[in-house]
Amino acid sequence: MFGRLTLDALPHDPVTIGGVAGGTVGLLIIIAAMTYFKKWGWLWREWLTSLDPKKIGVMYIVVAVIMLLRGLADVAMLRAQQAIFATSPNSPISPDLFQQVFSAHGTIMIFFVAMGVIFGLINLIVPLQIGARDVAFPLLNSISFWLFVAGMVLMNVSLGLGEFSAAGWLAYPPLSELAYSPGTGVDYWIWSLQIAGVGSLLSGVNFLITIFLMRRKGMTLMKMPIFVWSVVTSMVLVIFAFPILTATLAMLGLDRLLGMHFFTADMGGNPMMYVNLIWAWGHPEVYILVLPAFGVFSEIVPVFSRKKLFGYTSMVLALIAIMILSFTVWLHHFFTMGAGANVNAFFGIMTMVIAVPTGVKVFNWIFTMFRGRVSFQTPMLWFMAFVATFTIGGVTGVLMAVPGIDFVVHNSLFLVAHFHNMIIGGVLFGAFAAYAYWFPKFTGFRLHEGLGKVAFWCWLVGFLVAFLPLYALGFMGAVRRMDHYDASLGWQGLFIAAGVGVLIILLGVFFQVVQLAYSVWKRKELAVGPDPWGGRTLEWATSTPIAEYNFATLDAVHDRDAYWTVKKAHEKLSAQYYDIHVPNNSGYGALIGAAALGVGFALIWHIWWLAGVSMIALIALVISSTQRTDVEHVITAREVALTEKRLRGKRA
Amino acid sequence: MKDAVEEKFLFNKTTIGFWLYLMTDCILFASLFATFAVLRHATAGGPSGSQIFEMPLVMAETIILLTSSFTCGLALVALKARKITQMVVALASTYILGAAFLTIEISEFAKLIGEGNGPAHSAFLSAFFTLVGTHGLHIFMGLLWLLVLVAMLMRRGITSKWVRQMTLFALFWHFLDLVWIFIFTVVYLMGVAK
Ligand code: HEM
Ligand SMILES: [Cu+2]
Repeated sequence: MFGRLTLDALPHDPVTIGGVAGGTVGLLIIIAAMTYFKKWGWLWREWLTSLDPKKIGVMYIVVAVIMLLRGLADVAMLRAQQAIFATSPNSPISPDLFQQVFSAHGTIMIFFVAMGVIFGLINLIVPLQIGARDVAFPLLNSISFWLFVAGMVLMNVSLGLGEFSAAGWLAYPPLSELAYSPGTGVDYWIWSLQIAGVGSLLSGVNFLITIFLMRRKGMTLMKMPIFVWSVVTSMVLVIFAFPILTATLAMLGLDRLLGMHFFTADMGGNPMMYVNLIWAWGHPEVYILVLPAFGVFSEIVPVFSRKKLFGYTSMVLALIAIMILSFTVWLHHFFTMGAGANVNAFFGIMTMVIAVPTGVKVFNWIFTMFRGRVSFQTPMLWFMAFVATFTIGGVTGVLMAVPGIDFVVHNSLFLVAHFHNMIIGGVLFGAFAAYAYWFPKFTGFRLHEGLGKVAFWCWLVGFLVAFLPLYALGFMGAVRRMDHYDASLGWQGLFIAAGVGVLIILLGVFFQVVQLAYSVWKRKELAVGPDPWGGRTLEWATSTPIAEYNFATLDAVHDRDAYWTVKKAHEKLSAQYYDIHVPNNSGYGALIGAAALGVGFALIWHIWWLAGVSMIALIALVISSTQRTDVEHVITAREVALTEKRLRGKRA
Repeated sequence: MKDAVEEKFLFNKTTIGFWLYLMTDCILFASLFATFAVLRHATAGGPSGSQIFEMPLVMAETIILLTSSFTCGLALVALKARKITQMVVALASTYILGAAFLTIEISEFAKLIGEGNGPAHSAFLSAFFTLVGTHGLHIFMGLLWLLVLVAMLMRRGITSKWVRQMTLFALFWHFLDLVWIFIFTVVYLMGVAK
């Protein structure tokens, strides 16, 4: 009846029990509060079923923030173990738990934090920047989001039911095969990524079509804001790379489910094929995350330097170059696997080549600041920190691109320091910059600047303290994923320093929470108009709060900095309104997500009847979602005029 | 009522979107092909392709699928000319041929498994079953889609939405044909050749 699901699946060790209990109580409190204040209907109508990309974007980011907190909690455990308990035989964190925790941390951070904020940002900003009212396929967008949520839920269920993978964030076989990981952990990993990955793939298609077919009249490709360009390149990578992930996960799943032999150590299986495939997805994936962050900085630097972006064309070319090159370097993740000197040399050189367009971008940003009137507000601070940390990460990356050197530092903490430099310095700082920059556009008030600066300095200092020691430890021979080492090695001091760094980062997070709460509380004082920074692109031309239809009129665009030119020329937007079609809400996204969750859960626990039922439900839902008839409603020209008057006051 | 410009935009949007989706499917198959190519000789003491493939049956499958693609094309031509009966006949033939293809494939699989040469027997067989089976799964989905199309047709007649969906279905079906040609060549022909 319940497959392998028995009472044994409930957690046993005190640390996990604590985590699960805490999470459950939190969830129950939220549910109780929602019920008490009768907010469920509101939540369902206004948010969960909404097809408005502005709302879907916010939901992505909410999920990502919650997952960031979980990922940080995981990391606190890892660091506590490494700094305090690693030299003593008894520790509250068993080796098995330690392995599950770093696997969960990596998986959550990449798939549910970084991907979540990127897709959230894309949803929020891209339609506005191209002057559109919607995305190409609104329902598909909602379905993508709900698949992301389904993957996230599945991932977190593993905490309370069964276990999570202990095979690292990429689950290399043969360790991840049934013979060595017989439990449910790897299955959780496979199915939560499979479901979320399909969502990302569909989003990739959706946003490419949106950008290619729905730009405002007059916005040629080379007049698109650079953030939009960065999203184009990122989404092209999504549609090329994610199918590889889908296929790879499916094959590993078949190995585990039907006893096949793709990647097993026996019967002809080839684990090295898996490593190739997963990195053929994995390397592009890091660019999928970081290119939009580059785009964010390319928006922020000109605005806060009061100059137009230096070298727009070379920026676009650099993005495209990175996009293409990112498919030619995957082997640098496993120089040590033994492909031979010539193959290693080729991939090493390609990896160094990719640093060239990246360098072009850094110089362009700096030249944009040169002779500008730079104002160092929080978005700009995040940018400066990004340049510094990302450059350190870039230099250590190029170092490891030399196969000979990589043989020395492969799988050491040096590598861990390198990729956190790229991912925290690049993606996370980019997301924080975007948060400070675009927040007032959607809420009508700014985030408190002083608290933002405090949070920023905590993050930056904490980050450096947490990760610079890892470079040294890596050179001294400390390998990654290590929970015990001998006291005589003399590593503990550096590990303690790194642990202190994490505490400082947590302080930064604390100040970010305080900043948000304080800013909401003081929103009257912090209120700003629709264009608080002197923006250059179309999103700043909308009213704040932004109307459901984004733009009342669709005036043609003449210039790259579309809104800047309009402002400079004191052009008036046309006031001739027409009826506007906007999509109706739809519950299909949530239902399809639920069905996918059912399929995943059933396959993990071998509950065949549930797998069948959910699969049929999934197919039926997809079919019936294509048969919807009342897909949109009309906002009449009169209503538009009234709304504009209300939102824009006298200026309309 | 929507005007012609908007209808054209909708048509472009869905067709181009579907094209992109097909490209992603292409890459999915490419990954499976690459894995198959790597594992082709990893028979682990089990049978190799030349020992288990029954080429006459595979030939029949190929001809059937190609013909179904042809009838699917005929259906589109008939739709353009608004010859509804002809179109329905062509669609029905497509369905029957597709189902026949799938039946042969499933019986081939069943026979192999019955002889003890199932997908768990060797890496080669895992790759073979998965690659060919994924194509078969797509055919199954296509047949389901065709049923939905017919149901839509019976309920509402030929609407602009139906025409759009029918065009997408035809794209899908031809795409599967193309993939099969590759399977036929890489898996079967190269498998029985020395
Ligand atoms: C915010 C502060 C963060 C801290 C303090 C931190 C710390 C750590 C630590 C201690 C490890 C284990 C290192 C080891 O193997 O010994 C780790 C691994 C990892 N982290 Fe982070 N991390 C942070 C953020 C992130 C973010 C934002 C991402 C990605 C978006 C990320 C991705 C990863 C990955 C992929 C691994 C490898 C997991 C594995 O070995 O399978 N981390 N991190
Ligand atoms: Cu890489």
